[in-house]
Formats: sequence, structure tokens, C-alpha cells
Amino acid sequence: MNWQAIFSIYRYEMNRTFRTIAQSIVSPVLSTVLYFVVFGSAIGQRIDTVEGIDYGAFIVPGLVMLTLLQQSVTNASFGIYFPKFIGTIYELLSAPLSFIEIVIGYVGAAASKALMIAAIILITSTFFVDLQIAHPFWMLAFLVLTAVSFALLGFIIGIWAGNFEQLQLIPLLVITPLVFLGGAFYSVSMLPPGWQTVTQFNPVLYLISGFRWSFFGVADVPVGISIAAICVFLAICIAVIWAIFRTGWRIKP
Amino acid sequence: MTAIISIKGLEKTYADGFEALKGVDLDIHEGEILALLGPNGAGKTTLISTVCGLVTPSAGQISVGGHDIASEFRAARSLIGLVPQEITIEPFEKVINTVRFSRGLFGKRRDDAHIEKVLRSLSLWEKRNNRNQELSGGMKRRVLIAKALSHEPRVLFLDEPTAGVDVTLRREMWELVRQLRADGVIIILTTHYIEEAEEMADRIGVIDHGRLLLVEEKQKLLHQLGRKELLLELAEPLDEVPGSLAEYDLELSDDRLHLTYEFDAHAERTGMTRLMGAISEAGLSLKDLSTRQSSLEDVFLKLVQDGRATAEEGAE
Ligand SMILES: Nc1ncnc2c1ncn2[C@@H]1O[C@H](COP(=O)(O)OP(=O)(O)OP(=O)(O)O)[C@@H](O)[C@H]1O
Ligand SMILES: [Mg+2]
Repeated sequence: MNWQAIFSIYRYEMNRTFRTIAQSIVSPVLSTVLYFVVFGSAIGQRIDTVEGIDYGAFIVPGLVMLTLLQQSVTNASFGIYFPKFIGTIYELLSAPLSFIEIVIGYVGAAASKALMIAAIILITSTFFVDLQIAHPFWMLAFLVLTAVSFALLGFIIGIWAGNFEQLQLIPLLVITPLVFLGGAFYSVSMLPPGWQTVTQFNPVLYLISGFRWSFFGVADVPVGISIAAICVFLAICIAVIWAIFRTGWRIKP
Repeated sequence: MTAIISIKGLEKTYADGFEALKGVDLDIHEGEILALLGPNGAGKTTLISTVCGLVTPSAGQISVGGHDIASEFRAARSLIGLVPQEITIEPFEKVINTVRFSRGLFGKRRDDAHIEKVLRSLSLWEKRNNRNQELSGGMKRRVLIAKALSHEPRVLFLDEPTAGVDVTLRREMWELVRQLRADGVIIILTTHYIEEAEEMADRIGVIDHGRLLLVEEKQKLLHQLGRKELLLELAEPLDEVPGSLAEYDLELSDDRLHLTYEFDAHAERTGMTRLMGAISEAGLSLKDLSTRQSSLEDVFLKLVQDGRATAEEGAE
């Protein structure tokens, strides 16, 4: 294992993040504040509580998940797409590296950045609502597992994408709707029965539900299923990346 | 001589079905500078990219320092530095950071003294804290070389190192390459410039249409294939070459004042003495005469033309 290389990639990617620190942090914080104003204050006045939880607090896990998913996917997809686009990927391919080191370096950096921003949002939200975390260990576990598995998904998207439009397509067209429909701002039990069944097929539901459980101890689906769902998703992503590097798909002619 | 790189039966067919390499065998020796010469699209970059792991070979074996590039890719690649043909460089990063990054990728500990040495030798030290996008094209190319040298490779691939580089810089680049060779680095460079191959290389390989037409010591190549021309300047214009001189295949210039005779400088008989006799018998008077050694360029063009002719015959 070429640890030095993993460390180099990680540090290089993190440097890139810190070069643009202002825009990396300002925009998610701003949108979080907006969500609180719109959902927390405006709608919250009418909803009051969901399953016994203050509505303002209820939406925090969903909000954190929304940002975490978007950030880990976009960071990782951009992180690997950029060298592919400008051609510097030749360096990675000609270095004594296996795909494992490349993936750990890029995905690790993307997940770290997403986690940092998630933490900032969590902290920002404490200015608006009272938050209690029932299971801190599981909260952390959900955060890390989600960040890593969606950064892996982002990595796959970055390798697949042939242009910038495709790069933004999946986060915009798939991730955001899934989060909104996955119960980020409401409990699935509030939906009509037909829609409740449809929602069962939304993988993000399991993430948000499990994550919310780690705060409040209540969940839409059993927490064990949530954890199993993330692990399955993680395994699928790893298998896809392994196949990509085995065949050189989209990276080696 | 031991081969540091050994290529056997290398073939590459791209996804679109194009055969870029059609069975290349090549050994690269310790301590040499090998120039790969060939026209656009000959397969030079494909050959280099395959050795460096950027392109998956369709058939054949490659080993670097005795390590197979597929099964022992770590050992093989850690010996190699690559300077690509295109300038590909991260625009927003500082020069020194990109160079450090390359060293890290090869699993080497940070070594500021070595990086400084490399940057100084490429006259980049003053620019180390500039972003790459603030450099000129020639400087960017040197950053690519610095990146390749950052991890102290045993073998350095330079894919058209002097394309788009001014005359002074080209000289400096040649000087650097010689210096590297003196330090024990084996160098493989590709070029379109015959002058460059002639100036730099110990051996020259000529490649066209995915085939290695020839690999030969430069001196031998010049010697073996060296044709000489005898240029005769006539006192009076000539309408046509007299029939008595037909056997010499003389070529009359457009101004009808020059005759060219081609001969093999290393042949037992050049035929020159007989030609001079025949000329005076034909009653031609000469004003001047000179000889010209055919350059590597002629050799190269002849090889490529012959190679294409053979390929066409084969295709029929
Ligand atoms: N990814 C690819 N897919 C299909 N064909 C390719 C690919 N890369 C190169 N080729 C083809 O392979 C041939 C050899 O290309 P290569 O880049 O090796 O040439 P070269 O000798 O380096 O030329 P130049 O002197 O112009 O750099 C060309 O005909 C080129 O079009
Ligand atoms: Mg080329």
C-alpha cells in the first residue's frame, strides 16, 4: 500500500478545498438559514410538532443529510473529473498506485469536506433550535457511512461524466429529489398510504430515517434496516469502482 | 548490454478498431538516449503510453527493470518518469506544490532539497510560488519535466520535449538531457525533428504506421545509409543529358546548369572517375563541383517511403 501517495492526494485535494473555503462554506450555511426561515419558522408555525418533536428540530437531520449527500457527491465527482478533464490524470495512471489508493485519496478528501460542512450546518442549526442527540455514536456512524458511500457514488459519476452537464445531472436530477421525497422535511407517516408504499423504494428514506433516529429515537423504518441499506449501497459502489479500474472504463483507452 | 526496458510483440488496437501498434519489439539499454522518430500519427505516443500504463496493450509483453508492467506494475512504474506531449497541468496550483505532489504519488517522502535542485536545474526556482497558469508555455513544459524528475526516475520518457519551444530553450533542454544521461538516467524521447535526433540520440528508432521500421546506432545509421551526391555545375546550359551518360542516372536541374550524380560513399567503386572521363568525352565543360552527404532526413524519408511501399505491397 502506497500510504505516502494516499496522503499526497488527500492533502492536495484538501488544499484545493481550502483555496475556495469561502464559497465552500458560505453557500451551504446560507441555504441552511433559508431553510430554517422558510420551513422552520413559516411552516413550523402551522405544524408545531411531528411525532412529538418540535418541527424546527425535526427537519435538522434531513437538512444535514441533504447537504451531506449533495456535498459528498459533487466534491468527489468534481475531484476526479477535473484531472480527467484537464489531462493531469496521466500522473495518477502512470504512478505506482492501485485504484485503491486513488479512491481512498479522492473519496476520503471529498467525504471529509462534506462532513466538515455537515458539522457546520449542525452547529448553525443550534442557533435556531434546541437539539438533543440521543445516540451520538450512531449519529457519527450514519454521517461517516453516508459521506463515504455517496462520495464513492460521486467518484463513479466523475469517471462516467463526459462533460460538465453530465457531471451536474445526477446530483440535480436524482439526489435532490430523492432527499426531498425521502422525508427530509416531513414524516413518511404524514403521506397518503399509496405514497407511503412508493417511498419504500427510495433509498434515501432509510438514510434520513436512521439519521433522525440517532437524534430523537424515532424512525420511519427500523434502524437496523437503515444500517443494512447503507452497507449494501456502499458495497455496490465499491464493486462498481473495482470493475471500472479493472477494465479501464472511461479512463484508459 | 542489459535491457532496462524490453518490449515484445506489442500490439495496440484502439476501441474504434484502429491498429496503432502492429507488433513492436524494442529493447532499451542502460545509459542510452533513444530517439523515436516518426511522422504524425505514427504511434510514438501510443508506444510510450503503453509502457507507462496509460494505455492497455492489446497483445505483447513489456518489462521495465525486469518487472512486468501488468503483474508487477508498482515496481515497474516506480522506475519511470513521464513527460507527456500535451501540456497538462493543474492551473490553480502553485508550481512547487504540483511538483511535490508528483513526488508523493510515487510514494517518496517529501524532500525539499531534491525539489529545489530540480527546479533550479530547470530555471523554475524563481517561479516556484507562482500558480501554473501564470507561467509561459515553455515554463509549463519545464514544470512537467520537473514533475517527472521529482521522484528520481531511472528512465525518463520525453514525448516531444521541444515542440513549441524556442531555439535557446531547445538548446537548454538538450543540455539538460545530456546532464541527465550523465547522471545515469535512461532517456527515450520522441521527436519530429531529425536534427534533434541527430543531435541527441545514441540510437534512433524510426516508426511509422505502428511499425518500428528500424532501430540503429545513430553513427551506424548515418554511415550505412549515407548516400552522397556529386553536384556538377556546367559552364553552358544543357538541353538534355547526352546519351553516352545514360548509365549514370544523372539528373538535370530546371535551370539546365546543374547535374546531380548520386553514389554510395562506402561502395568499393563510386564510379566517379569513370563519370568524369565520360563527361569530358561528351565535351561538357564544368564550372564547379561539390559533394553533399545525404542527411539523416533523407535517410528517414527514404525509410518511411520504403516502409509504406512494403506495407502496400503486403496489403495487395
Ligand atoms: N484513444 C484513441 N482512440 C483511437 N485512436 C487513437 C487513440 N489515440 C490515438 N489514436 C490513433 O493512433 C494513431 C497513433 O497515435 P499516436 O498519438 O500514438 O501518434 P504519434 O506518433 O504520437 O503522433 P504525433 O507525432 O502526432 O504525436 C493515430 O492514428 C491516432 O489517431
Ligand atoms: Mg504523439
